[in-house]
Amino acid sequence: MTFLKTTAAIAALSLTSLALGASPASAYKVFISNEKENTISVIDSEKMEVIHTIKTGNRPRGIILSKDGKWVIVCTSDDNRMQVYDAETFQYVKDLPSGPDPELPILHTSGNPLYVSNEDDNLVTVVDIFKGTIITDVPVGVEPEGMGMSPDGKVLVNTSETTNMAHFITTDGYKNFDNVLVDNRPRVAEFKSDGSEVWVSAEIGGTVTIIDPADRKIKGKITFEIQGITKDAIQPVGVRFNQDNSKAYVALGPANRVAVIDAKTYKVEKYILVGQRVWNLGFTPDFKLLFATNGTSNDVTVIDAASDKAIKSIKTGRYPWGVVSGLTPVKAADTSAPK
Amino acid sequence: MTQANPEPTPPEMAGYKPFRPVLSAAAAVKWRLPHYLLAIAALTVAVPAVAQPPPASPAAEPGASEAAADVKSLPILMVRQLRPDRLPPLSLLDLPPKDDGLAGARLAIDDNNTTGRFLKQNFALELIESEDTVELIAEAKKRVEGGIGFIVTDLDAKPTLELADALKGLDAVIFNASAPDENIREEDCRANLKHTAPSRAMLSDALAQYLAWKRWGNWVLVVGPAPQDKAFAEALRRSAQRFGMKIVEERTFNYDPGSRRSDGGFEQIQQQIPTFTQKLPEHDVLVVADEGELFGEYFPYRTWDAKPVVGTAGLYPTSWHPAIELWGGTQFQNRFKRLANRNMRALDYNAWMAVRSIGEAATRKQSVERKPLIDYMLSPEFELAAFKGRKLTYRAWNGQLRQPIVLATGKMHVTVSPQPGFLHQFTELDTMGIDRPETKCRAYQK
Repeated sequence: MTFLKTTAAIAALSLTSLALGASPASAYKVFISNEKENTISVIDSEKMEVIHTIKTGNRPRGIILSKDGKWVIVCTSDDNRMQVYDAETFQYVKDLPSGPDPELPILHTSGNPLYVSNEDDNLVTVVDIFKGTIITDVPVGVEPEGMGMSPDGKVLVNTSETTNMAHFITTDGYKNFDNVLVDNRPRVAEFKSDGSEVWVSAEIGGTVTIIDPADRKIKGKITFEIQGITKDAIQPVGVRFNQDNSKAYVALGPANRVAVIDAKTYKVEKYILVGQRVWNLGFTPDFKLLFATNGTSNDVTVIDAASDKAIKSIKTGRYPWGVVSGLTPVKAADTSAPK
Repeated sequence: MTQANPEPTPPEMAGYKPFRPVLSAAAAVKWRLPHYLLAIAALTVAVPAVAQPPPASPAAEPGASEAAADVKSLPILMVRQLRPDRLPPLSLLDLPPKDDGLAGARLAIDDNNTTGRFLKQNFALELIESEDTVELIAEAKKRVEGGIGFIVTDLDAKPTLELADALKGLDAVIFNASAPDENIREEDCRANLKHTAPSRAMLSDALAQYLAWKRWGNWVLVVGPAPQDKAFAEALRRSAQRFGMKIVEERTFNYDPGSRRSDGGFEQIQQQIPTFTQKLPEHDVLVVADEGELFGEYFPYRTWDAKPVVGTAGLYPTSWHPAIELWGGTQFQNRFKRLANRNMRALDYNAWMAVRSIGEAATRKQSVERKPLIDYMLSPEFELAAFKGRKLTYRAWNGQLRQPIVLATGKMHVTVSPQPGFLHQFTELDTMGIDRPETKCRAYQK
């Protein structure tokens, strides 16, 4: 019954968006990397079920799509490389080089090159995804992790987990032109789509720091308080903005909640209860559904962005880590693919 | 030692060629800033503006002296008590390496400097080591008078206190990385003494919580003859009472360790241990208190009854284990192995936490001055990320670093305490060790 209601709600939502002139709601593919299982779960966003499982290399973590949506690119950390899979056929395409222990990749706004943080060597590697070659390495702090790309494609932000900094790097010439100290163990750097702010989550610090990319000044810092949860358990990781940048969603790790934040006032509006140790977040391309990966409970929580309610849990592989949602709608044929 | 020591000791010099007193000779040692260090110092300044700091290039040398002057240096002193009389542990795998603890401090110096190069701070480790703790303390005091404000110790409890007393009134803080003794945290606590090493009560509480979670509530306690064995047994008795466990029988294991190595031995042990553990009342686990690791390892698989062995052998509590890959620990372990060519031990980790605490304070306060950093570390704002899945802080009532405790076997971790369900008003980490309402420490009260 709940599911029917949900479907109805989604249908209603899609009508609303039609009226607003947005593209019609479609089923998207949502790709979830399962860190412990060495697989990618492919979820149909409409059916809200796993339609396929891709076997990958070892310890798949950071996962993105190529700009045209045809390639799924995943860091297989323990293999010290990245892998490319076809987003339509789910077939293996090729490997891409990286440094040791690649964790999070991000593409230049033009679609190439790719920048990847290598957790084990204090470097960000720049990779040409078409040629499959390393262009250069950029030295950063200890344990590089989060990767943010300014919407104009000019600035790359990398966070380093033990140096506790956000490193600002030009994509033209790879100059590390500024470093902003944030709280302990920064994980994710995420730009607003208008480029006005970059938000950096600090897992151990328990905060999100808001930086103005223009002058690298700290504009604000968000802290979290949840009744019945000790401060230590509130560990922000994944950060996503909704389509018009009015709201931000922050995954809070072992607090098992996703915070909904007014992205203008920086006030936390709501905590959505999700699965255990929630780390990363990903919107469907229409920004209607937010998928949250719950590492310890082996599932993803689907959040309806209009109501900010968790509407479904979907079982994935073991220790789901990263999430990216496909630009290409699911084709009818895909659903018959082997599970 | 008359000269102040304004120039940073290069970590390489401190690490590979440890200065050992022979204290009279020490006065003659002139620390010179080598050429390559100047180049590195220049680079630290260049980094924020330059994309790829090349390995010491000639281009970096002009103007190096001005650049070096820009970089603020923060020396940290490690004081190591050499203990040649200490008996080696039973297992060949557990023989302490020569740089036990020291390598952890060196890794933290490297980690601090990676951040420091962005903030124009340079951290350096100075080392003094000796069997003679009186000489060590005198030398440490000279160094403090010469400007050092931060000391990491691998000392027994008694010399730790003596050092704290010798430095009383000076702007210096000591981080005890090795002594687990309760008294130096409690009735004999000192305001200038912090502890990154977990106390015996923290270790025994961590173990007891897990045994409570398992409902293995009936313990047989086997205690060795050494004073530290008795001290750990005392901590275990307290933990048993605290978490509703019952010690159904206690036996003292008196032994003459003899030579660790002999071509044989198991034949007799296989007879001795079953005999020793015969006719025990019904129990769930056998808890061994043998801190020196001189006999405890004889117990697993040899007891009369088929019961698990825990305590200092079998399943044991520790601040660190070389197999931990939790909470991003893999990269941390890898960095250590690249530096030291061996596994990271608990003492290394404790020393790393101490040196990283200093680095963290220097980063946050953007200062290398002693007083503000010492004050900051006492404040509730201070927190340390140390690959334990949550922030670590110092207890305001006795300077003990709160931390999750790993329960492990020789191969890998079994669990991490605090266990689920052990709740606390402020932080679950305070369910382990002496909590604020119980403390006998008065030195921290203002």
